[in-house]
Amino acid sequence: MTTQPVHPLATLAGPAPSGAAIIEALKQAKIGTVLSVPDIVTSAGLLFPIASDNSFRLIRVCKEDEAVGICAGLSYSAQRAVLLIQYTGLLDSINAVRAVAVGYKMPMVFMVGLLEKEPGVPPKQSALYGIRIVEPILEAMGIEHHLIETQSDVVKIRPAIETAYASSRPTVLLIGQRPLVS
Amino acid sequence: MMKRDECLRALARHCPDDIVVAVYSSAFDWVRIRPHDLNYFAVGAMGLASSHGLGLALGQPGRKVIVLDGDGSLLMNLGSLVTVAAVAPRNFYHFVCENGTYEANGSHPIPARDKVDFSGLARAAGYARVHQFNELASFERNVAAVLAEPGPVFVDLKLVPGEPAPADYDALYAASRRDAFRQALGRAR
Repeated sequence: MTTQPVHPLATLAGPAPSGAAIIEALKQAKIGTVLSVPDIVTSAGLLFPIASDNSFRLIRVCKEDEAVGICAGLSYSAQRAVLLIQYTGLLDSINAVRAVAVGYKMPMVFMVGLLEKEPGVPPKQSALYGIRIVEPILEAMGIEHHLIETQSDVVKIRPAIETAYASSRPTVLLIGQRPLVS
Repeated sequence: MMKRDECLRALARHCPDDIVVAVYSSAFDWVRIRPHDLNYFAVGAMGLASSHGLGLALGQPGRKVIVLDGDGSLLMNLGSLVTVAAVAPRNFYHFVCENGTYEANGSHPIPARDKVDFSGLARAAGYARVHQFNELASFERNVAAVLAEPGPVFVDLKLVPGEPAPADYDALYAASRRDAFRQALGRAR
């Protein structure tokens, strides 16, 4: 068995999160619908298991901003959803997030894979420009966000979702490394 | 060619209490024609009317959801045709007010307005029931039957602007309107 070399900027120590544990946290937070454009970070650990789990309604959308509109529509019927997307898709849908999630104060949960982020490295310190700008953009937009990098971060998921729905605001869960397939 | 306000008046006679998702110029007409707490305005992020409508349709399977899209708006979210066709909600009715322009932004022409075929796009995306109307009399004769079909239904309305309606964006954006919509849904359950 080989171990991955530790990145020189890695400060977030711990094993990758369990996909099953993340899915369980979604269920505990009463997420019934998953809206997704596939993302390789979350493909094996989250999207494939969710696709075969009858307790979720999976809607495969063509583009991420569609999911923002669908999620808004569902929220009027008190139906909870999560947008399972890649950070590139989050960036692509920024205007929809601005107008619908932030401007209209809609509860919306984004689970966002940080493609190619170095394991253990805080996003703002990534060598990748696209990764480095994600958190500052969310902060500029006033959007709460949480990094799910290791198994110990999974406990953040349910409270973040509950807060989003209780306060009718968006929240973003940044998946820092590939969830493990159990 | 139909005038939009006349066309929407004909539609309103058949959906007195349904959820209606409207955008921009159609929304300004619609709010005057059918003032109702179950009007939902998908403005601010152009193109998402059909997506908002899909979420509403899934959340309210016992009620019809009628989307009054614009042609320029739909062009910004063509993928939603595929998504709606895949999900196939039986209570989803997608009307596109095709006037060939971005009317709310200076009436500049949409791309390829003399070539693009919205009905063809919907059919190719997987909508099983697709209609096109360009005469008011024909629309009036058929609208009840169209709304009696199981969704998802796509209706291309080829029209021109009618009597101008006030473009009151503040009223569309108002938080009080969203609150009223939410309360109306609750009363309707």
